[in-house]
Amino acid sequence: MAITLYDFELSGNCYKLRLLMSILGLPYDIVPVDFFPGREHKADWFLRLNAFGQLPVLKDDDLVLSDSGAILAYLAKKYDASGQWFPNDPAITAEILRWHAVADDITSTSSAARLALGYDYAFDIEKSQNGAHRIFRLIDEHLWFGEREGRDWLCSPSHPTTADIACFPYVMLSEEGGISRQDYPALRRWTDRVRRIPGFTVMSGIFPAGPAKVD
Amino acid sequence: MPNAIDPITRNLWHVVAATNELPIGLIETTLLLDTPLALTRGNDGEPVVWLRSDEEQGDEIDAETIVERLPVRTAYGYTWTCLGTPTDDLFPIPEFAEPDRVNMSCGSIGIHVSAPRAVENFLDMGHFPYVHTDILGSEPHTEVKEYDVEVSEERDEVLATRCRFMQPRAAKSATQAMEVEYVYRVPHPYCAVLYKSCPEDESRRDVIGIFLQPMTEERCRAHLLQSMIDSTSTITDLRRFQQTIFGQDKPILENQYPKKLPLDPRAETPIRADKSAIAYRRWLSQKGITYGVIPQAS
Repeated sequence: MAITLYDFELSGNCYKLRLLMSILGLPYDIVPVDFFPGREHKADWFLRLNAFGQLPVLKDDDLVLSDSGAILAYLAKKYDASGQWFPNDPAITAEILRWHAVADDITSTSSAARLALGYDYAFDIEKSQNGAHRIFRLIDEHLWFGEREGRDWLCSPSHPTTADIACFPYVMLSEEGGISRQDYPALRRWTDRVRRIPGFTVMSGIFPAGPAKVD
Repeated sequence: MPNAIDPITRNLWHVVAATNELPIGLIETTLLLDTPLALTRGNDGEPVVWLRSDEEQGDEIDAETIVERLPVRTAYGYTWTCLGTPTDDLFPIPEFAEPDRVNMSCGSIGIHVSAPRAVENFLDMGHFPYVHTDILGSEPHTEVKEYDVEVSEERDEVLATRCRFMQPRAAKSATQAMEVEYVYRVPHPYCAVLYKSCPEDESRRDVIGIFLQPMTEERCRAHLLQSMIDSTSTITDLRRFQQTIFGQDKPILENQYPKKLPLDPRAETPIRADKSAIAYRRWLSQKGITYGVIPQAS
């Protein structure tokens, strides 16, 4: 087995895979892709790996995979002996995939605002910011009621799943898109919990959580 | 309402783009000192900059049809322009011309902070172990040792020398922790250049420049230059190293308050390690820079 990640350091979608592989203790090699300013994800050699021209791409021996959510599911199903990160139960699988879709919505709003403000992309900043706030409000409510019921994570199991990994990076990077998380206390508590998962690793722009309060 | 632009700032050369990243025959738009600009490159590869009216990003344009142009200079891989009358030449970085150096842009990244705050962060070594953990610093090696700062009268720049710091991974080419020596220059109110010991060749120094494009008083674009002695890494590797560092600085910078740099010495409490920042603030004050700063009450 040899895993290779085609990776850009400042990409939250690439970080999702680095994060899960770090938690699972999976060794992998990195091939850096000059997404910015080089736009190497649109170069011929990269388009042969992923015709959609998007990062990340992961190679496991000869198998070539793209889309961060799909790869999270693959890594969990193949390498997570505990079966916790992407459980087989049909209802939970559906729940996780539902949140993977939310993660894509967070990418198209929060990440778009970050790309527009920091990396000169021609996205509508205000529309992206408003879209992110709408999603953050819904997640905050979902997590707030979850906390009342003793649920700490996005999905119903008593442990985190790939849904939490998928939604985490562009929530954490939202301030680079001018989107404050000040009004979402349950969302912020959840980001602290994610940052305390054993094996957690950072990316540029995301710092470790402080120690948890001991009651 | 933005402040009136002080005459020093108005007549400076300002960076606006990495020249090679400007498309030939297509328009790029940007903002400099609250002023909308349009940019392109002609078929000869030379950049053209002018005041933007109704042009949109990505519009096709023949550079030869642009009659009213702003002054343009190209230097260190970047395009520079001036909204007033340029009084001085651009500052020199002689190392850039050495034939065996690998010179590259590392991206132009927008940050929600004033340009002078970004310069000051670039000069600061105290944050290395906390922000650039296990790369440019690590606990318990947190001490900023005594260093020297002067304002060179002849070159009109702030110069910090004998800056030393223990770094786990000083550069892409580093294979072990080393005590690194830095020299910092601030040769322009919104630009800084650092020279640091080169892991590959003890007798030479890697050069890293940060050129800030003040877009508004509270927003800028950081244009990063690396001029390295490194015979093994690829450009992609070297860019990734620098972007990793800069990506760590970004949220710290964007959380500084106020976003403009206060020049009153009583406004923020410096420690001994901030000697270069104190000299930089004083130098800006003496020059009469008011854009992107909170001037000292007179």
